[in-house]
Amino acid sequence: MGFLTQTFNGLVGGSFYALLALGLAVIFGMLRVVNFAHGAFYMLGAFGAYVLLAEAGISFWWALLAVPVVLGLLGILLERTLIRRLSALDPLYNFLLTFGLTLMLQDVVKSRYGSQSNPYGAPAGLRGTVDLGLFDFPAYRVFVFGVAVLLCVGVWWLLTRTRVGTVVRAATERPELTRALGIDVGRWIAPVFGFGVALAALAGVLAAPMRAVNPLMGADLIIGVFAVVVIGGLGSVFGSVAAGFGIGLLQAWSEAYGPGLLAQTLIFLVMALVLLFRPAGLFGREELPT
Amino acid sequence: MLRIEGLSAWHGEAQVLRDVDLFVERGEVVTLCGRNGAGKTTLLRCVMGLHGNQTGAVHLDGDDITARKVHQRARRGLGWVPDDRGAYATLTVAEHLTLPPVVGPAPWSLEQVHEAFPALYTRRASPATKLSGGEQQMLALARVLRMGATVLLCDEPTEGLSPLLVQQVGEILRRAKALGVTVLLVEQNIHFATTVADRHYLLAEGRIVGHFDNTDIHSREADLLAHLGI
Repeated sequence: MGFLTQTFNGLVGGSFYALLALGLAVIFGMLRVVNFAHGAFYMLGAFGAYVLLAEAGISFWWALLAVPVVLGLLGILLERTLIRRLSALDPLYNFLLTFGLTLMLQDVVKSRYGSQSNPYGAPAGLRGTVDLGLFDFPAYRVFVFGVAVLLCVGVWWLLTRTRVGTVVRAATERPELTRALGIDVGRWIAPVFGFGVALAALAGVLAAPMRAVNPLMGADLIIGVFAVVVIGGLGSVFGSVAAGFGIGLLQAWSEAYGPGLLAQTLIFLVMALVLLFRPAGLFGREELPT
Repeated sequence: MLRIEGLSAWHGEAQVLRDVDLFVERGEVVTLCGRNGAGKTTLLRCVMGLHGNQTGAVHLDGDDITARKVHQRARRGLGWVPDDRGAYATLTVAEHLTLPPVVGPAPWSLEQVHEAFPALYTRRASPATKLSGGEQQMLALARVLRMGATVLLCDEPTEGLSPLLVQQVGEILRRAKALGVTVLLVEQNIHFATTVADRHYLLAEGRIVGHFDNTDIHSREADLLAHLGI
């Protein structure tokens, strides 16, 4: 049953790609900003859970609720105070801003907690394995996959079935027209940014019991997430999620069955192929000239 | 009513509107004709607040709205029907109709919209960009009527439509007018313009160069056609 185990591992790894790419896609769609600080928010999410437990004894479950909310609010503040000021300029300025913020956040955490990895145990209820019929699987990983699928479905529902979702889709596709139809697009920008940041933070909390909690954990992951976003189609929410899980699967399979070098380079090989043959991404649409 | 005073606008260095004055009384339909590049679309975009580089003033029902943001102008009753018909690929037809807020005292109900545009009901679950050009035009009109917009800014709603659909657009505009809606209509088709509009402004190289009503438009047709280059 090795193959099924690898497949499930791939889906769990893909869960993190999907959650991070989802937030990036929502933010890019609405703001036309590639948020390079996304990995830093993921890292802060994991550290948030770690610090809450180590310093205040606050459990994983409370961290899972509180950390995304707090970091999401921080994201709103960041959009209101910094990102918004650069919106009229070349997108390169926001790239520099968010990249600079990433370095600052990493170094702040590093100066306080060092660069070694910090242990964070799985919550009490999720320590064993569960029998999935064909094979046993670590309960925590099953939980991570379940939460990721629920969140992706939830965001899809929000975007396609609610009033807010209609407004966000309209503002993403044609911001000028949407304003001319009486909708204050600017009012939605900060909340959408905060929402994307909260998703990254939540992925970080989920990662804490599974992956090494250290200041560079976001930087290590985010390059792969950018590749996922490009593969799925920049700004395509469905594409980001599909590519996230797809790349997770490909990576797990190639790690198990392919040569060692392939697993590390596969994601970028796929990205290069997609850029060659479908520059807008698998599920992306060509941007209309405005 | 809508009143535009001393409106000038630039595209980069090039001046595209020069000191334009015009007004449209409440319940009046007024066309703006002129050749391509005369500045008609820019003028509508200026009224909507979408053109950044401009001077002059726009008054709506006596209030100066020049400093108002785009969405605030829409909420004051301006309904924009853009030249590209303004369809979203990611929204269904039904979502197009419910996206904008209601901004006027007499919005059309969904039932009225569906009765006037049956195709929009049968295609309500389709992405709007899958509609035919004519259906997309009807959707753009239906959308602003559903908002209850009191002043419609229609940018060539008949362009590229079959004669039958042009007639249908005319009927919708006459029906809106009968309900007291004000319309500023960009139109190249003079014949169509005279069937729906009360007065006509002729725009050439960013200036108002002529002003006609339906009686003298026929006597001055030669003059007009020369300007339109037809």
